[in-house]
Amino acid sequence: MKEKNKTPLIRLAKRVKTDMMSPRKVWAIRIGSIVFAFILGMIPIIMAGQNPFQSYGIIISGALSKPGYIRQTVKRAIPLLGVALAIAPCFKMKFWNIGAEGQITMGAIFASAIAIWFQNSLPAFPLLMLMMLAGILGGAIWAFIPGFFKAKYNTNETLFTLMMNYIAIGIVRWLQGGPWEGRPGTQIIPMFSDKARLPNVFGIYCGWIIVLIMVVVVHVYMNYTKQGYEVAVIGDSENTARYAGMNVGWIMMRTMLLSGSICGIVGWMLVSGANGTLNADVAGGVGFTAITVAWLSQLNSFAMIIIASMLAIIGKGSATLQTKLGVPASVADIVSGILLFCMLGCEFFINYKLIFRKKADKEVHA
Amino acid sequence: MQTNCAIELRNIRKTFGSIVANDEINLQINRGEILCLLGENGSGKTTLMNMLSGIYQPDSGEIFKDGEQVAIRSPKDAYALGIGMIHQHYHLVDVFTAAQNIILGLENEKMDLGAVNDKVKEICERYGFNVDPKKKIYDMSVSQKQTIEIVKVLYRGSEILILDEPTAVLTPQETEKLFAVLRNMKKDNKAIVLITHKLAEVLAVSDKVAILRKGKYIGTVETKDATAQSLTDMMVGRAVTLNIDRPIYDNVFDKMIIEGLTVVDNEGITKLDNVSFTAKTGEILGVAGIAGSGQRELLESLTGLYPIKSGSIKFIDGPTQIELVGKTPMQIRQIGVGMGFVPEDRLGMGLVGSMGMTGNMMLRSWKNGKSIFFNKKTPEGLAKKVWQDLEVVTPSTDFPVRRMSGGNIQKVLVGREIASRPPVLLTAYAVRGLDINTSYAIYNLLTEQKMHGSAVIYVGEELDVLLQLCDRILVLCGGKVSGIVDARTTTKEQIGLLMTSVGGSEGGAE
Repeated sequence: MKEKNKTPLIRLAKRVKTDMMSPRKVWAIRIGSIVFAFILGMIPIIMAGQNPFQSYGIIISGALSKPGYIRQTVKRAIPLLGVALAIAPCFKMKFWNIGAEGQITMGAIFASAIAIWFQNSLPAFPLLMLMMLAGILGGAIWAFIPGFFKAKYNTNETLFTLMMNYIAIGIVRWLQGGPWEGRPGTQIIPMFSDKARLPNVFGIYCGWIIVLIMVVVVHVYMNYTKQGYEVAVIGDSENTARYAGMNVGWIMMRTMLLSGSICGIVGWMLVSGANGTLNADVAGGVGFTAITVAWLSQLNSFAMIIIASMLAIIGKGSATLQTKLGVPASVADIVSGILLFCMLGCEFFINYKLIFRKKADKEVHA
Repeated sequence: MQTNCAIELRNIRKTFGSIVANDEINLQINRGEILCLLGENGSGKTTLMNMLSGIYQPDSGEIFKDGEQVAIRSPKDAYALGIGMIHQHYHLVDVFTAAQNIILGLENEKMDLGAVNDKVKEICERYGFNVDPKKKIYDMSVSQKQTIEIVKVLYRGSEILILDEPTAVLTPQETEKLFAVLRNMKKDNKAIVLITHKLAEVLAVSDKVAILRKGKYIGTVETKDATAQSLTDMMVGRAVTLNIDRPIYDNVFDKMIIEGLTVVDNEGITKLDNVSFTAKTGEILGVAGIAGSGQRELLESLTGLYPIKSGSIKFIDGPTQIELVGKTPMQIRQIGVGMGFVPEDRLGMGLVGSMGMTGNMMLRSWKNGKSIFFNKKTPEGLAKKVWQDLEVVTPSTDFPVRRMSGGNIQKVLVGREIASRPPVLLTAYAVRGLDINTSYAIYNLLTEQKMHGSAVIYVGEELDVLLQLCDRILVLCGGKVSGIVDARTTTKEQIGLLMTSVGGSEGGAE
């Protein structure tokens, strides 16, 4: 019976009401988790035969030490930030849109179609505007479909949006090898003419200005408009929303249209600004990484700027690490994975606490 | 040594976060006795008993069974010690028979249903249950399901039975039957603990009453020395008056006429069947019935939230009659029909838990005006008014309502709904889970609305309150109106009969 008479060694308890941590302590834990991640990240670097301090130095300097590096880093941050802004309203509504990847790709396809068809007949500005509108349309259609089925038939949006990603990428593959293929056999769509390219501002395509404007717009939309209020109420309880006279189905579809539109804009910027052409890897996982950005910033638009920059720095820095020290790309991926894991995982310790078995308990049975 | 004391709790302490649910509690549970554990909602009754049934472990303190210290780590350990708990929510498999449910989870039991049936019958005869072991759960009434839960515990050889608010779902007649069974078990030298907050029941059935208040153990008294008043005073901590004022409003006319209302849920089950009644100004119309008799569907259809199959709902506005059937909640509001609605599920339907009072006040006004931006000033002013007038305890009007206590949450909801002085006010279980003081504050607010000429519909569960508060009482039974009675001249027993039988003919209820 002795075995049986023990309470479990560790128990979990959710922090409630008055038990919440002070904001100071919360931030201490968050910063602590990053420090912990850097220490943990040394293990794979050491195993790869490198000096961890030197490696971390290269990650930072490789992302920020030269104007050229900074431009590369900002280029990585633009789509991350844009897509995080796009999915924020959906996540606020507890509509788990993990189809940003496909929505970006669809936006990119539509924008590319305009570029390919009209780059020789239209002047630059109308062409770019038309490309943007087409991008919005493409992203919006791709988001509206799962939104519609969720609203009308309560389908599972997670699976639905995920599957839509593969279809969009499949369409690009087909275009690359078929109708839009440049030199036969290359499977590559030729670069757009300069008229279909976004102009540079401070050496980076002007998408960075567009996403910064969107930060403000999304912030205002979420916090001060009736529509933003509707989204927040639905996220809390659909029944309360119905009780308040909201048309839940329509609001869901409308929010998905908005989300898809922003993804479409990002898709347009990627083909017109960053890449200058369309390929199947146009979204390149941004649609998923942006989910991390949105969560870590707790759906706060301004915090997204910081988180997206941080992830871009790690990404760019790891790439430099790979070229400079010959550290395999996978090691850099492991390090950034550890960092993300610790940052997301620390939220657990903010919301829960561990209770260890008391010593007194043991003494009784000793 | 044969001792009378089955279980003894010493210095039991249990915290959830920084909330102390049980603070140094000492309690003795004796064989051959019915002990009532009395306390207001949130006083820690269920938490304490969950530590006996193995669902929680105490942070500190000791549990003794027959003088020997034990640790109860799981419901299995509890069964091994002969402790069985009947929870408020039943854990039965619908498509199994009674007997199958009873042996469910018993590892060493042979699947010899014949023997099981015999043993179940034997238990039933001994204590006066009426159970058919071969009946499927989905064919059973709530009280029969409860009986199965009790038999399940007895089948496992429990000597200590804990019942958590067993009468909440029963009619007065069914309650009486349950008490008869409990008395038989007591004679059989079982130890019985009854968790409740209904004083009448405590006085009727128990031998001793242990009182908890805000997680603290106040004391144990012999029931024969106690009165409703003395128990309430111990429960609340000071003297409380237990009377509800029922003034008469003298300008009564029809406000809402409901005729032949029939609704069907999405599984095709008829939830309201040809319901007709009239709600009048300056009157509180009570709605009584066993839980799930169509109360929720009735209120939701009146507000346009539930699809209506047939019938009519007329709102009378001076000389004009407005038909509400076929309109959405938004349309009903926009044509100027003022209806306040306090739904049963406060955070799930009436409020936005993550927002503060201001955001919640906005639920009624968010659409006002043509701008794409919402107006925050008006709801903020209203939030401050409700905060003051109803004495809501909250640090600010932006503090998330989810983190307030139940009573304050309800004040926010009721405060918003009566703020616009709606001509019709619908409330569902407006005092469920609230302490006695807040309950009386809510009763007063409703009576105040009535005296302003509102037609108030009050769906309630405690018949004593319905009889004291309301002017007329509509009784629902299985979605049908089984009677509309004058609350001033009706007895609890008459309503009890109506609750179980349409038409309410004498002896209609089993």
